[in-house]
Amino acid sequence: MSNKRKIKNDIILAVIVIAIAATGLLLLNIFKTEGAVAIVKIDGKETASYPLSVNTEVVIETGDSGKNTLVIEDGKAFVKNATCPDKICEGHSKISYVGETIVCLPHKVVIEIVVYNSDNELDVVI
Amino acid sequence: MRKKTRKVALLGVLTSVALVLSYLEVMLPPISTAVPGIKMGLPNIIIIFVLYKFGLKEAVTVSLIRVFIVALIFGGNIMTLSYSVAGAVLSLALMTIFKKLNLFSIVGVSIIGGISHNLGQILVAIFLFDTIQIGYYMIVLSITGTIAGVVIGIISSVLVKKLEKFVKNF
Repeated sequence: MSNKRKIKNDIILAVIVIAIAATGLLLLNIFKTEGAVAIVKIDGKETASYPLSVNTEVVIETGDSGKNTLVIEDGKAFVKNATCPDKICEGHSKISYVGETIVCLPHKVVIEIVVYNSDNELDVVI
Repeated sequence: MRKKTRKVALLGVLTSVALVLSYLEVMLPPISTAVPGIKMGLPNIIIIFVLYKFGLKEAVTVSLIRVFIVALIFGGNIMTLSYSVAGAVLSLALMTIFKKLNLFSIVGVSIIGGISHNLGQILVAIFLFDTIQIGYYMIVLSITGTIAGVVIGIISSVLVKKLEKFVKNF
């Protein structure tokens, strides 16, 4: 294949990928809904859930002495403090829409926004 | 025999350049704090160069040695290592396939490498955390991966052209 043709293909590839991703982002933005509950998963297992309507500050402790401070404020969840070296979860923007996650890779902690508590406990369904 | 020694020495030098680029990338401020994992992928310049000028075997060697030394220097554990290895292996595998298919120039192959590096890491994260929602990150990461891939690809193709004669002696 000629070099010119290859460069043309490069451009087609880049345009297609960006077009698909941009469409995906647009759809996500159109269909995003406010969540009600933040659930905490450690190592893939759900360990706790907190309603977004109540301001709280909790320390999530993982097995290997890792600590992440989860804060819920004005209906949004974020991580205030983490003992991990990379601090990526601390820098993450506040989350409040269904499906949004904050991930702390070193501590295997995931904070995820859902519509309802998975146990369907009535006291936290808002 | 002498030729082989020279080749090993050159690959060693290239590995250290890749390590310096990894270090540089850690030193730079993060591109976005909202979406973790957005990186330029500077070490991929070296990996692509080795893939085109030497071959898959050499590229795998340089890439994996880089990943392990980075984990040693920057304090990685099994977890962070598995992300790095998954990203490195998937991107090298797909870059090799698309290089063989001869559909794209180095820039196109580099775009594939950038996106698949992110994809490998996201897949490991989904598997480890058992949370499919992490996959949403892939949408943003495929855009940034494409942009990074274009930049890295252009640098790599310049390098491959300029060092044509130099590498022939090895």
